[in-house]
Amino acid sequence: MNLQKLKTPLGIYNTILVLLCILMPVIAPIIGQEFYTDVFARIMIVTIAAISLNLIMGYGGMISFGHAVFVGIGGYAVGILASHGIESAYIQWPVGILMSGFFALIIGAISLRTRGVYFIMITLAFAQMIYFLSVSIEKYGSDDGLTIDARSDFGVSFFDLNDEMTMYYTTFVLMCGCLYVSYRMINSRFGRVVRAAKSNDERMHTIGYPTFGYKLTAFVIAGMMCGLSGLLSANFEDFISPDMMFWTFSGELIFMVVLGGMSTIMGPLGGAMIFLFLSEVLSNITNSWHLIFGPFLILVVLFARGGVEGFLAKFEKRNG
Amino acid sequence: MAEVLLKVDNLTKRFGGLVATDSLNIEVEQGEIHAVIGPNGGGKTTLIHQLSGMLKPDSGSIHFDGADITHLSAANRCHAGMVRSYQITSIFKDFTVLGNVAMSIQAKEGHSFRFWKNADKDFDLTEKAMAILDEMDLQDRADVLADNLAHGEQRQLEIAMALATAPKMLLLDEPMAGMGREDSERATTYLKSMKGTYTMLLIEHDMDAVFALADRITVLVYGQAIACGKPEEIRGNAEVRKAYLGED
Repeated sequence: MNLQKLKTPLGIYNTILVLLCILMPVIAPIIGQEFYTDVFARIMIVTIAAISLNLIMGYGGMISFGHAVFVGIGGYAVGILASHGIESAYIQWPVGILMSGFFALIIGAISLRTRGVYFIMITLAFAQMIYFLSVSIEKYGSDDGLTIDARSDFGVSFFDLNDEMTMYYTTFVLMCGCLYVSYRMINSRFGRVVRAAKSNDERMHTIGYPTFGYKLTAFVIAGMMCGLSGLLSANFEDFISPDMMFWTFSGELIFMVVLGGMSTIMGPLGGAMIFLFLSEVLSNITNSWHLIFGPFLILVVLFARGGVEGFLAKFEKRNG
Repeated sequence: MAEVLLKVDNLTKRFGGLVATDSLNIEVEQGEIHAVIGPNGGGKTTLIHQLSGMLKPDSGSIHFDGADITHLSAANRCHAGMVRSYQITSIFKDFTVLGNVAMSIQAKEGHSFRFWKNADKDFDLTEKAMAILDEMDLQDRADVLADNLAHGEQRQLEIAMALATAPKMLLLDEPMAGMGREDSERATTYLKSMKGTYTMLLIEHDMDAVFALADRITVLVYGQAIACGKPEEIRGNAEVRKAYLGED
């Protein structure tokens, strides 16, 4: 790790983001706002989904407008298995991640034959199909959702997700894991191919890459990462509902990625934190918080194209 | 007579009522520079699209290196040893010059489903890419973002990316497009230095370059080859002068 990099505005900002996640369970009681710990747990869970979206949207140019559906599938895997009395994490977690990956494979294999606005529409259409499917299944709560009686069971006494601190820091470690995985992947040969395909797909074909397989693989990896986010969410909230795969959540994910800084490793964390924290704080102040939030989002899109990360990186170059 | 590397047989492509390629026959021999010239709308670009696999012909066949490649995908044609360059510079603008060339090298080295190792620290890859940059005299610009290169240099990078795929044959779509006299002369020099090592099909409007480089020239008018021969023959051909060189 290059320590010099940490002393730049961008480095300081990223360090603060991570420190806030580590320290929130300590800070929150001190400032008398204990619910902030829950807010941050949610931020970290959503961050995992945003990292996943950034992989394909930021680096791969695939604007998935149905990304929340993979979060939902991960969540439903936990919820459905739990409702049948299967609470072992060793079954729930692999099933959740593999099911999300499986759906990503099917949706990706069809959607990736289209481009641009058609890709956006078709991912949205698939997501809505699965959303309405989840609404229609009464056995698993239809649109009321499904309460989960017990969190995933790892079968050992020293690691129990029912303990809130264990849940919080498990989420933190997994989020850091996803950040690291995305960092490695982006800089690998595979990541280069995906990034170059975003930059110039036709040229990739003429220098010998059938890009479809690479893009589909990226899509499936992203789907599985979202599945992880979903199963963490189901565990944390002890509850799942079709809302977690509704298209508005997909839209929010897109916004978080853009806000934080597309195609930057840490962007999704900053984006999710600012988005969720602001909506939490603003909604406590006034009921019509969207009136403040909306214009803010517009300003960011208009004046900070690279999101917060891009803005700070520019600042750095100007001073250096 | 040298061995024929590329053989185009009766190639035809129609766009509605327009016949863009009309029962075209072209043979390119091993090691030669074969120029295709002709007025705008003569079907040169359509031809190169079909040769590189971006467009499927309606009928006819393309044989390369002894194999029928008519139905091969663009990516597989590249692996077979035939690579194209673009008239409108087609590079990865947000990659460095080195990164652009490394993309081509990486394509040659089997699949890229390698998820973990940092490709920038893959010295084997970087070394091979540097060798190509040396060849094209771009070594000093290796770490520059491709977008920040001058136009002439971007055209050079365009060729370098094609060379890095280790091709047998280059399809050059107007390599001098948009160049001033100086750049264009430089480009002629480096294409000349590549002569013999690579077989080339050259589409170009710059007649000075064409006559300086080509071993043989095919003249394409309305999708048909109206003449094919050595530069001096083409220069003297009355029909060509009428159709193309604009003399009456």
